[in-house]
Amino acid sequence: MSQPAEYALSPTQPPHWPGDGFTRIPYWAFQREDVYALEQTHIFQGPSWHYLCLEVDIPDAGDFHTTAVGDAPVVVTRDADGEIHAFENRCAHRGALICLDTKGKGRKDFACVYHAWTYDLKGKLTGVAFQKGIKGKGGMPPDFKIAEHGPRQLKIARLHGLVFGSFSADAPDFKSWLGPEIEPRIGRVLAGRKPVVLGRYTQVLPNNWKLYVENVKDSYHASILHLFFTTFELNRLSQKGAIVVDETGGHHISYSAIDRKTSSNGTGSAGGEYAQQNIRSDSKYRLQDPSLLQGFNEFGDDITLQILSVFPTFVLQQIQNCIAIRQVVPRAPDRTDLNWTILGFETDTPEQRLTRLKQANLVGPAGFISMEDGCVGGFVQRGVKAAPDESAVLQMGGSTAESSESRVTEASIRGFWKAWRAQTGI
Amino acid sequence: MSHITHDTFFAITRVQADYARCIDDDRLEEWPSFFLESCVYKITSAASHREGYEASVVFANSRGMLTDRITALREANIYERHAYRHILGMPSILPPILGEETRGVRTETPFMVARIMLDGTTDLFATGRYLDVWNIGSNEPKLAERLVVCDSSRFDTLLAIPL
Repeated sequence: MSQPAEYALSPTQPPHWPGDGFTRIPYWAFQREDVYALEQTHIFQGPSWHYLCLEVDIPDAGDFHTTAVGDAPVVVTRDADGEIHAFENRCAHRGALICLDTKGKGRKDFACVYHAWTYDLKGKLTGVAFQKGIKGKGGMPPDFKIAEHGPRQLKIARLHGLVFGSFSADAPDFKSWLGPEIEPRIGRVLAGRKPVVLGRYTQVLPNNWKLYVENVKDSYHASILHLFFTTFELNRLSQKGAIVVDETGGHHISYSAIDRKTSSNGTGSAGGEYAQQNIRSDSKYRLQDPSLLQGFNEFGDDITLQILSVFPTFVLQQIQNCIAIRQVVPRAPDRTDLNWTILGFETDTPEQRLTRLKQANLVGPAGFISMEDGCVGGFVQRGVKAAPDESAVLQMGGSTAESSESRVTEASIRGFWKAWRAQTGI
Repeated sequence: MSHITHDTFFAITRVQADYARCIDDDRLEEWPSFFLESCVYKITSAASHREGYEASVVFANSRGMLTDRITALREANIYERHAYRHILGMPSILPPILGEETRGVRTETPFMVARIMLDGTTDLFATGRYLDVWNIGSNEPKLAERLVVCDSSRFDTLLAIPL
């Protein structure tokens, strides 16, 4: 290897990627501090779009909600005209957090606790305490112009009740950036109805953020690692379904639908291909209270599973009637916050709402399905600790990052790396 | 002063201690027996509880769902083996809710749970309080409801073993 395997910060010499494509992923990508730093500048502050919050998180004028875009703390607000703004939660004076609360209502401005520098709902600096001094002494110099100082403001994009932001003026038009395959499938889940936040929690993952994002895009593992899926026909590789990957590779959809002709309604065993592969998933596991998995036909189609990701860190899931948003926030090369928002809708009947509460047992840190996704990233982070120059092998389904009719593919993972390499320049 | 007898108070504290011991000893198959057949068990966070969020990290409204959680743990889910150590405080007896006086005795009990991995790494995994409703029958008290309200909304890696 031409690149020495050390963790030195080296902003002038980005690490060297082995090969041209996305079938060999060097493990240093999950370890190096300089890679982490490059991601912050090129992706999280770069021309990507990042999920900030829901419209219903800031419904009224004066509402605010804090979040993070990569390492940057961000405040999102709704102004008196109903417009949404977002700015970096960093005082223009000496860098302190401006807003210490996680959310709130009825604000006209924000005052930094340190020296009371004050900002409006757009994040514009409006007041500096003692700017003119006291009794003609002290104060800021006359050439200090308030309008020239302020935290960075984010461009805002709104779609189907979701609020996205970008630090970069070069961020492309949001809908075009999503492309023609992704936006309608977000609409399938969210359009035309008002969501209700049913729950929020954070899962702290002991691994690099990209290991979790890879896992989300990995349709290959689902029925092998997650027993629940297979035995109860929520997701089997032999069901109807497909992977859709956008042109950039960064966004994807994995979906599966009940194949009414071959479905055994959960009474039979998986059999066939699974038994041949001698895979653990083919079991006789049965529920005592199967009401957990009862659902209702919410979308008027047979699609029981739709996992949709938007580069770099947004996931919208539909698992039967369990609808959730996952926001991935890197904290360190080996630590990640996974913020879950569980959704219902205003139109839910009490029975539908109870169905969602029960199905929420499938996801989150205690999720019958998602539990394994919480720990498997850590297994990789620890497994590769002494092997920065070795690589993961991503050849399932070929070497390209294209849509596929088979979900026995790693195309969407390769797609992620295609977009990642394009944005970081690595 | 509390409206329950000393006997009832001690019966509750004994069952709470047995509950913690059952989980920490890995006798998880006995865990559902602490609950009535028709029961509620939720693990949520203090922030969610305050906001009135309905969805929680774990939700069960039948003893069967509790049994299923244990079966999933034993037969389906993949996670690194670990153990818990519960330390419980004394229960506070809460006044009955107007209109729900016959549901049972309401208590609030603080807890801390350490998580011990196979290699010995020990972390404070969760702190919080149990909001319980106890059905005081002729035998030992049973849980009609246990809300596990964790002080934090952050859960490290996963929550496999019930709290």
